[in-house]
Amino acid sequence: MDVLLDNLDLYGPGFLSTIWLFLISAAASLVLGVVLAMLRVAPVPVMRSIGSSYVTLLRNTPLTLVFFFFAFAFPLLEIVTPATFGSASGYYFFAALCALILYTSAFVCEVVRSGINTVPVGQAEASRALGLTFGQMLASVVLPQATRAVVPPMMSTMIALLKNSTIAAGFSVFQAGSISLYLSERGENQMIGLLWVALFFILLVIPMSLLQRSLEKRWSIAR
Amino acid sequence: MRVRTLAVALLAGGLALTACGKEGTPGDPGTGPSQQVAADVKVDGSPTFEKMTKRGKVVIGVKEDQPGLGYKDPTTNKYTGFDIEIAKLVAAKLGFDEAKVEFKSIPSAGREQALINGDVDYYVGTYTINDKRKQQVGFAGPYFTAGQDLLVKKEDSSITGPDSLMGKKVCSVTGSTPIQYVKTKALTEPGNIVELQTYSQCVTQLIEGAIDAVTTDDAILKGYAAQTPDKMKVVGKPFSNEPYGIGLAKDDKALRDKVNDILDAAIKGGDWQAVYDATLGKSGSTADKPVLDRY
Repeated sequence: MDVLLDNLDLYGPGFLSTIWLFLISAAASLVLGVVLAMLRVAPVPVMRSIGSSYVTLLRNTPLTLVFFFFAFAFPLLEIVTPATFGSASGYYFFAALCALILYTSAFVCEVVRSGINTVPVGQAEASRALGLTFGQMLASVVLPQATRAVVPPMMSTMIALLKNSTIAAGFSVFQAGSISLYLSERGENQMIGLLWVALFFILLVIPMSLLQRSLEKRWSIAR
Repeated sequence: MRVRTLAVALLAGGLALTACGKEGTPGDPGTGPSQQVAADVKVDGSPTFEKMTKRGKVVIGVKEDQPGLGYKDPTTNKYTGFDIEIAKLVAAKLGFDEAKVEFKSIPSAGREQALINGDVDYYVGTYTINDKRKQQVGFAGPYFTAGQDLLVKKEDSSITGPDSLMGKKVCSVTGSTPIQYVKTKALTEPGNIVELQTYSQCVTQLIEGAIDAVTTDDAILKGYAAQTPDKMKVVGKPFSNEPYGIGLAKDDKALRDKVNDILDAAIKGGDWQAVYDATLGKSGSTADKPVLDRY
């Protein structure tokens, strides 16, 4: 308990920053992931290949490497630099967001696509027969049904995202992953410190599991 | 067919990547003086020493990413530096020659746990002695006295010390004592504090101009400055006192006293100076001999 109370200045801002990282990148990667999934099932071959190259590239790259790129290599291209944000920490937060969003969206894309595959082909054919465009077909017929099937794997992807965000500790974003590094320099007992970190992570994951359960229940249908 | 094209492309890509890899090793590895191995050493009542003798070799925790102090050459897997030589000196006086020494790279954050678990017999790696740490581990020494300093670009004259850091981007390792100091003393704006995984990354960012100063103990900074003296310099105004000790199991007083005796003899004799001259001394700066702090 002492380890926690003596170092509240680490735990408070650390987890707050983790939650922000998670919320922003979860929302953005859900949107980007769905767009990518739409690309991957699009009737135009070019769009399909854009979607599949993106997924192949990002899903096969270690997340640390993606972080490396945005933290160190990307500013050299001078599209967005620390000067754009006025401070170094602002840029590194942006870099962490970019890395997490781009990496996670590849996984979200594949989860959504597997959901789309659960919808029988007849549904798409029927909507085409009714005169719906490709976009209308996805938005009002296929995706609503696909969403139902992807709740559990999507939650797993999001939980993985939450835990992946700790990698940002090595790239100048102070968050939950940095706490143990600070504790060791302060001479605190790290085992206890890490137990607290683990406990807070569990507290963050529990609401997500509850959400998953309630969504599953609400959207369940007899097949 | 597609598989073969892919394989060829990957192979070609791999070859192209390896071709632009770094050639040779950075800096001079600096081999230390050879130590005389003591015979028939006895440390009564030391469980750690008993374990070492039974095992027939000594396991020493060190750093692997600090040139001049504790550095592991990735191509030869050889360890070099001041801390490494001190570790070897202590091992030799405990009766273990170089062949019976096994180095284990342990980063700062894992030091206490490695000593508590007994993964290493002792730890030599820029380990600052303080009271908080003494609650978890034991310390022999200090065997070196360092102080927090700043590494800047050679042509940079705007940074002269800790008071001139306002508006400058300062980098160090995530959570390290020097960066916590910069934070709590508000030496620069919170937005200008950069925390990366290793000092090497900070140094690379300094050379690229993404940051203005690297801060940590002067001993570490000297190691980097010695690699590329035409690009970087150490400001040379230490603003803290960091006595480096040899980390030991907390309750092993017998071994602690023995290691203190060994260090005492090395500092009073010429061994300590010889080790310094062969490693950190190459940066051109001198160092004061440390004063032992027994407890």
